[in-house]
Amino acid sequence: MAAPRPGPLRRLVFAALLFASWPALAAGHNTLTIGVTQAPGPLNPNIDVLAAKSYVLGLALRPFTVYDADWRLVCLLCTRLPSIANGLAVPTNLPGGKRGVDLTYTIRDDARWADGVPVTTADVMFTYEVGRNKQSAVSNGELYRRITGITVKDAKTFTLHLDKLDFDYAAINDFVLLPAHVERTAFADPAQYRVRTRYATDPADPGLYNGPYRVSEVSPGAYIVLQRNPYWAGRPGPFRQITVRAIENTAALTANLLSGTIDMVAGEIGLPLDEAVAFDKAHGAGYHVIYKPDLAFEHVDFNLDVPALADRRVRQALAYGLDRKGLAQSLFGGRQPVADSFVSPNDVGYTGDVPHYAYDPARAAALLDAAGWHQGPGGIRRNAAGQKLSFTLMTTAGNHSRELVEQVLQSEWRRIGVDIQIKNQPARVLFGQTIPHRQFQLAMYAWISSPENVPRELFRSSEIPDAANGYSGENVAGYKNPEMDRLLDALEVELDPAKRKTMWAAIERIYATDLPSLPLYFRSDAYILPKWLHGLRPTGNQYPSTLWVTDWTVAP
Amino acid sequence: MIRFTALRLIEIAAVLLLMSFVIYGLIGLMPGDPIDLMRTADPHLSAADVARLKALYGLGQPLLVRYLAWARQALHGDLGYSRLFSAPVLSILVPRLVNSLILMGSSFVLAFAFALGLGIAAARRPRSWFDRAVNLFCFAGVSVPTFWLALVLILVFAAELGWLPASGIATPGKGGLDDRLAHLALPVLTLTLASVGGYTRYVRAAMREALAQDHIRTARAKGASEARVVWRHALRPALVPVATILALSFGSLVSGALVTETMFAYPGMGKLIFDAVMGNDYNLALAALLLATATTLAGNFAADLAYAWLDPRVSYR
Repeated sequence: MAAPRPGPLRRLVFAALLFASWPALAAGHNTLTIGVTQAPGPLNPNIDVLAAKSYVLGLALRPFTVYDADWRLVCLLCTRLPSIANGLAVPTNLPGGKRGVDLTYTIRDDARWADGVPVTTADVMFTYEVGRNKQSAVSNGELYRRITGITVKDAKTFTLHLDKLDFDYAAINDFVLLPAHVERTAFADPAQYRVRTRYATDPADPGLYNGPYRVSEVSPGAYIVLQRNPYWAGRPGPFRQITVRAIENTAALTANLLSGTIDMVAGEIGLPLDEAVAFDKAHGAGYHVIYKPDLAFEHVDFNLDVPALADRRVRQALAYGLDRKGLAQSLFGGRQPVADSFVSPNDVGYTGDVPHYAYDPARAAALLDAAGWHQGPGGIRRNAAGQKLSFTLMTTAGNHSRELVEQVLQSEWRRIGVDIQIKNQPARVLFGQTIPHRQFQLAMYAWISSPENVPRELFRSSEIPDAANGYSGENVAGYKNPEMDRLLDALEVELDPAKRKTMWAAIERIYATDLPSLPLYFRSDAYILPKWLHGLRPTGNQYPSTLWVTDWTVAP
Repeated sequence: MIRFTALRLIEIAAVLLLMSFVIYGLIGLMPGDPIDLMRTADPHLSAADVARLKALYGLGQPLLVRYLAWARQALHGDLGYSRLFSAPVLSILVPRLVNSLILMGSSFVLAFAFALGLGIAAARRPRSWFDRAVNLFCFAGVSVPTFWLALVLILVFAAELGWLPASGIATPGKGGLDDRLAHLALPVLTLTLASVGGYTRYVRAAMREALAQDHIRTARAKGASEARVVWRHALRPALVPVATILALSFGSLVSGALVTETMFAYPGMGKLIFDAVMGNDYNLALAALLLATATTLAGNFAADLAYAWLDPRVSYR
């Protein structure tokens, strides 16, 4: 079927909107080259979802719902968020006393793929068919398991039937549509879909994209070129062409920025903060540098199977014995907020009503004395059996920022009589085996979360990875607290925001008191932008700023 | 000679077979697999998804079973799909190989040409100021870290002077010959400067030894010109040890230059192999590493043949 060409009225509107972005053209900035440190890989939105891919697809695909820069759930491809109040979300009773929910969404009337074919419920049904097929290799299978069925009302309206009524029922952020008219043939053999998807075999096919831009050229591992989607009905993007270039070495990325080969560095997948701060000091006058704390929670996991670490007093002593504020200030120029718990201050669940563990080496020493660890020869504490208070600390080898932090930890904990042996590993070893198999004592890394994300996998006692469950679950500390389990179960299904807030406060307090891990800080992303680019708002959550590219403007 | 060639080819085939198993085994024995890594990057990936994807990608099967399945496919000419790129291995490998051959080949030819000139000139004037200057240049070239050299060149020629592009293989959407040459200039310069010192040292040492031989004295006594002595009588035997070094460098023509490619975001084989190994992309890593192994073996084989040509005393029966 041949795609319809844009009609005269649509062309007129497009021309008018193009005229509105005239300043960009007048200033000569009608193209933009963005530097990133990670190559996006194949572009199918539902297979192997990584940050670089999400960043590029933010320009070219519209999810139904996402969290915006204010961390509010918003519709992008749909017209209205369903809620119980507006009648578009209807709770249902399921067998076994469970509660489900029916959610009705309507696709925007003007949504079209970049080959002119309208986005319809046929795409919804196809995406569902791909997602629920166990051989299709989609990453977000959990969503499709929760959807028990879809009822199509017409070409634009459909109802999802979900088997669980969560408080965030309206968020179908992972339900990213696939174009049925392009992808159907690639899905003929579901087991081969991951290699036959047109996103891999012909990523420049315009029918694959429905956002303000479409991919026009891909050089695997090197760059991706995007051009305006002629069928995009909204405000056009400010640039005729956007190129996303992957330059993995951060020193080379910086040099490319200085040479003008790239115009900006993406915060989401750009420079580590310490390098960004150094760049800002040296060259910041020529750029607009934005620092945005995100949801990556840097912390030190305690393995609670280690006898000394099983004692809460020892964990609390390690917290009191570390000047986290000074650390964040000296290494990151104070750009990374110190964490008191795993909940970001930007999140709705944050209360701040938790123990704070300000730097207090005297209190740390008292706690260690009380726990039976007394000063011994060489300044290292020992217990009654003569065992040294010594731990192995691990992090990702080659991560400069973390290695710097490690040295501070080693030095400061030594002052309170705790010996730290550093033993770092490459990321694939640390995350592939050591942490999931719980073969560590102290491990420093980050949890990446999403707004109001219930930390079931992190703290519920059923989520401790072991051989019996195939090392699934992320409660690698081995933390067990029945009250925490109860609160996590209740929080997920509590619809009343006020009651949820109370539950969040209780969970944060339990966490900060028990300290199954030591909170360090929330990572910040550094966006290094040209002075002429405005309107880019970092979200601080996992949804990239590129989703709102049409809000970006160019000043002469 | 025919018997020698046949035996060497059989040896090469055996080594390749053995290497395929060793490489597959080493990648397989590395902790973590692609799905484990994916889980760390995607907060929404559930334990059930992890189990399903591992089964789908065949990661639950024993290593030997996976290797045999791969070997069967490879013997039928099917190198499989790259998991990282979701594309047939050959479609990813061939463009990268071409890029690497251009980059490494250019720098190899340039470095050897300079090394030949500098090495011979230095050997003819041992302990002169020129010899000392060449020595200093060689040691500097060998000692300077490639990443630092690359960075300095980028900052000078791209950031400060703006003469050359800082990275990539071509300007997206363009890619004419002049554009490609401009993009090639800095990586080639980096690799040439990094390798010319080593080659020069070998050429100088071999040439000095050759110039001290009896037949050179005889040639000079017979009144041969200095140019004839150097180019006709000394160079050929001097190239025998140099040929070994060059043969060993052959593998790098296809295995690429990881650091230089990373610094210049140049899509070559070095970066491809690194990404494939780190990303647990068995098919791609195997094909690329075997290609590099085969090229090294072929280079050594060529060197063996070159010995016979360079030195008439060498013969193969």
